[in-house]
Amino acid sequence: MEMIEQHLITIFVFLPLAGALFVTVFLRDTQKEAIRWATFLTMLAGFLLSLKLFFGYDADSTQTMQFVQSTPWLPEYGIVYKVGIDGMSLLLFLMTTFLGPLVILSSWRSIEDRVKGFHVSMLLLQTAMLGAFVSLNLFLFYIFWEAMLIPMYFIIGIWGGPRRIYAAVKFFLYTLFGSLLMLVAILYLYFVHVKQFGFYSFDLFDLYRVHLAVGPEKILFLAFALSFAIKVPMFPFHTWLPDAHVEAPTAGSVILAGVLLKMGTYGFLRFAIPLFPAAAAYFYPLIAVLAVIGIIYGALVAMVQPDLKKLVAYSSVSHLGFVMLGLAVLNAQGVEGSVIQMVNHGLSTGALFLIVGMIYDRRHTRLISDFGGIAKAMPIFATFFMIVTLSSIGLPGLNGFIGEFLILIGTFKKSVVLAVLAASGVILAAVYMLWMFKRAVFGPLDKEENKSLKDLNLREIAVLVPIVVMIVWIGVYPQTFLRKMDRSVEGLLARTEQVAAPPVQSRERDSISMMESKSVYDFGRQGHGD
Amino acid sequence: MEEAIVFPYLRWIPLLPLIGFLINGLGARADLTPARVRRIHWIACLAPFGSFLISVFAFTKLLGLPAEGRLLTDTVFTWIAAGNFTANLTFSLDPLSSVMTLVVTGVGFLIHVYSIGYMHGDGSYSRYFSYLNLFMAMMLVLVLGGNLLLLFLGWEGVGLCSYFLIGFWYEDPEKAYAGLKAFVVNRIGDFGFLLGLFLLFWSLGQKGVWTIEFGSIQEHVHLLSPAVITAVCLLLFMGAMGKSAQIPLYVWLPDAMAGPTPVSALIHAATMVTAGVYMVARMHFLFIASDFAMHWVAWTGAITALFAATIGVCQNDIKKVLAYSTVSQLGYMFVGVGVGAYAAGIFHLMTHAFFKALLFLGAGSVMHAMGNETDIRKMGGLRKKMPWTFWTFIVATLAISGFPPFSGFFSKDEILWQSYSSHFGSTALWAVLWIAAAVTSFYMFRLVFLTFFGEPRDAHLHEHAHESPAVMTVPLALLAVGAAAAGLVGIPASWGFTNLFEHFLEPVVGGLPHGAHVSHAVELLFVGLSIAVAFAGLFLAWWFYLRSRELPERLAGRYARLYDLVYNKYYVDELYDALFVRPIRNLSEKFLWKIFDAGFIDNGLVNGTARFFQRSARSLRRIQVGDVQGYAFAMVVGMLAIIGFLLL
Repeated sequence: MEMIEQHLITIFVFLPLAGALFVTVFLRDTQKEAIRWATFLTMLAGFLLSLKLFFGYDADSTQTMQFVQSTPWLPEYGIVYKVGIDGMSLLLFLMTTFLGPLVILSSWRSIEDRVKGFHVSMLLLQTAMLGAFVSLNLFLFYIFWEAMLIPMYFIIGIWGGPRRIYAAVKFFLYTLFGSLLMLVAILYLYFVHVKQFGFYSFDLFDLYRVHLAVGPEKILFLAFALSFAIKVPMFPFHTWLPDAHVEAPTAGSVILAGVLLKMGTYGFLRFAIPLFPAAAAYFYPLIAVLAVIGIIYGALVAMVQPDLKKLVAYSSVSHLGFVMLGLAVLNAQGVEGSVIQMVNHGLSTGALFLIVGMIYDRRHTRLISDFGGIAKAMPIFATFFMIVTLSSIGLPGLNGFIGEFLILIGTFKKSVVLAVLAASGVILAAVYMLWMFKRAVFGPLDKEENKSLKDLNLREIAVLVPIVVMIVWIGVYPQTFLRKMDRSVEGLLARTEQVAAPPVQSRERDSISMMESKSVYDFGRQGHGD
Repeated sequence: MEEAIVFPYLRWIPLLPLIGFLINGLGARADLTPARVRRIHWIACLAPFGSFLISVFAFTKLLGLPAEGRLLTDTVFTWIAAGNFTANLTFSLDPLSSVMTLVVTGVGFLIHVYSIGYMHGDGSYSRYFSYLNLFMAMMLVLVLGGNLLLLFLGWEGVGLCSYFLIGFWYEDPEKAYAGLKAFVVNRIGDFGFLLGLFLLFWSLGQKGVWTIEFGSIQEHVHLLSPAVITAVCLLLFMGAMGKSAQIPLYVWLPDAMAGPTPVSALIHAATMVTAGVYMVARMHFLFIASDFAMHWVAWTGAITALFAATIGVCQNDIKKVLAYSTVSQLGYMFVGVGVGAYAAGIFHLMTHAFFKALLFLGAGSVMHAMGNETDIRKMGGLRKKMPWTFWTFIVATLAISGFPPFSGFFSKDEILWQSYSSHFGSTALWAVLWIAAAVTSFYMFRLVFLTFFGEPRDAHLHEHAHESPAVMTVPLALLAVGAAAAGLVGIPASWGFTNLFEHFLEPVVGGLPHGAHVSHAVELLFVGLSIAVAFAGLFLAWWFYLRSRELPERLAGRYARLYDLVYNKYYVDELYDALFVRPIRNLSEKFLWKIFDAGFIDNGLVNGTARFFQRSARSLRRIQVGDVQGYAFAMVVGMLAIIGFLLL
């Protein structure tokens, strides 16, 4: 038992990999149902087990990093298998395990070709994503980070739409370009650490202590930030996203929007900001302005999209603008709102892609103008679509509001102008979502092809119900989730505030400010003594 | 602040309709058996009736308390907490919210009952009633919410139900569009409301007070600078302009008449649209601290009152006339709260809930009889065919036009008087309202004469017209009692009675800010002037529409330009379309998306980079074979370049 307790995270991370091995070894490509069931049950078990993390996570403890496991790998090079979870990654981890089984369930009938390869890819992707959320060693993180690319590349490139190759290559190259910059930055940091402390370490908390000159800190921050910004994607690095989404199969879109994009925002939260707090403070205006441009720009472009999937893709640019804004302003409301909004976006946008997928499976088109009046033919579908739409436009009482509200109130403290501009995104969200809804779902049912549409079946309802339950839960009682991250966010803010607050000193980085910040660095090391 | 008494039944006031919503919403079936239909409307009507009983119970409990200590609360749980920000799910009931809950649940219940008859046979019976119940729940959260954010939850919630119900018959694209328009226009107002909330929260926070609870904001309002107070008030009022349909955000309300008529009565006349007035009264301690904000509110109300009334004169759709009338009457309420006469504003809100709900339900009854015809030019002579509808409609018309002793007379007269005599009032403000009162009386009697009097103008429709069933006429009669008598609780003190209504609200909103002392005789003179314009309007309408019926047409021909302008509602919709809607759409589609996003960023920068490397790779093919390696090579080059850059 003791043994299992200590390796809890590792077990959850590698469970999908084990599932993938099982499918590869024991099942043939023709055993489609068996493959689906094996994958689904693996994912479901992964989710149910990971609830243990949620209930086991002690939100009141001063040790915010919990369930830490540290096993030497190539210790002489500072490469240690070290994982752990805090209040912020906990929520993202759970969201990932939560979406896993739903996505498999949703593509039960949409994937008929190379079923085995698809499910193995999904399982591998799951392991890589979960690993990235819990890695506390930068080397380990980088491996998981890059490992995500490969299964996603195949998912888009093999099971995607007509222009899948173009989209897959674009996705791959674009994000790889960013990753390589990050790799260089990680290595640079690694060597500076050796110079300053005399031993090799990729440990995140060791690297937190590295003392950088102003110039290199800025450059390193930019390298990390660019890599993450492409993944988010922030304006103007977003154009790979609509292409990838339009071509990806439904399951790919859901995971892409729901989890992969969060890697970018999570990267800011876990790495770019706490590793380089002074630079993060210095570049705050740039990031905040790009985030706000993203909010408005994404919304305006989403508004005029004729294709449902592209509309949702651009709406992601807008929603992730909110997430980045919350991170940029770096106060309790902003960051907590931001993390909740990451989860929200995973749920709402994930659900939107599922819904678009469901109608696409029936009609083989995604053009809004091909629909109209489908509420008449598919009332259950329309109801789910409405709830998710409302969640996406931030209606109070549903999840989206909690995130956007906290982000906006946090932003207002820092900059009234940015808050006003960002809040206008809330109006635009209502415009583009409800206008789309009106054209697609309301109006007369006048197209022959739409009259015979079948409403959702039980499997599809089973996919959407859990998401809707979470949408309402977070909206009505967000404290379940906010409470888990209170301490972790406080820790992050304490670190950035103390380093960034006295601007002159922190830029000079003289020995006195080093001494002052010592206690802050200790926070980062708390997971160390396990 | 006085000690609040914990009253755990409070949560059930909004919870009962919410449960009704869930039962009818989740249990919706396509095939409606009569048993199912009965179950649906019993659940849907019992829920608000239960809320009404609890509201009455809570009201009597309030009355049993000393006037200064009338406050009941019920905290359910902490809703949101992050950093210094906390919002609790707390309901609180004071005299102001008590009046609101009684009006909302009472009138709401009657309209639910009426709907049984009106919506009979509609295929989406359970959807209709579930929305209606959800609306009740949200409206009650709005009026019972103990802090600004909970008020906002209800505020957006009622907006959502309004959206659902306006577009209830979604197959008609125009109706679906009207719902969308209502939601978006309201969002513009809510945008201001949220910013107001932020500003208030952080400004108080700067002084070390972290709160959004009404009670503690009131306690600490003196910490705020005048500029901040004014800004907060104007921002919050922006929300009110959206929700309560004031200039320039009123444009959604007339279109909202696309919804079923009982909805227009409940949401777009009696309750939801008055939320803005309630909010201003709720935040009275803030508004009263800013002269500018007070004048802003009062003048917005006055101009809207007159502006909308003039449009009402030229409308031919029975519901549109009433819609513009609602906009206009809401303007009166804002003048009331804007001159500091909060009790008068809320008083008018209450009487308006009765008579305007009655007018809409009466209109619904007429439409029901005429096969959903709404054009009053096709009506006429319905008086004898539908006596219940006719007589109750007359009561409501007398009330809204301000004939004593009907309810509207007392409330409107109080506002008129305060608009002149209050510290924030003026002769000009009064004069605008006075003229608007004449126009009100005119358009209302025009409506009555064209609908119920004269000869039937469409013989076929008239043939089939019939009185509505009892399930519809009984609510009409009950509302008529309210419309006739509700004014009696607020007879002005100058008449020698005690103004019960004002006394009840005084501990919450404070007494009237008195202006220059004016003699009793002057006050009576003003009462006379109010009655005189009501008669003038009645007389003109009689002259135009019963006596010399060719006159309106002649006048319209003579002043064709002016008539066109008013008939087309001053072209405001067209103006908004040309100024905002189309430019934003064109900018987004033609420039942002096609030129900037797809052209410049994607094709230019992103793919341009890719093409550059592709071309380089192609020329380097002698060493590297195949595309994939080409990419890899390009990347290695890029990586080296960056490392080189960093090392230099």
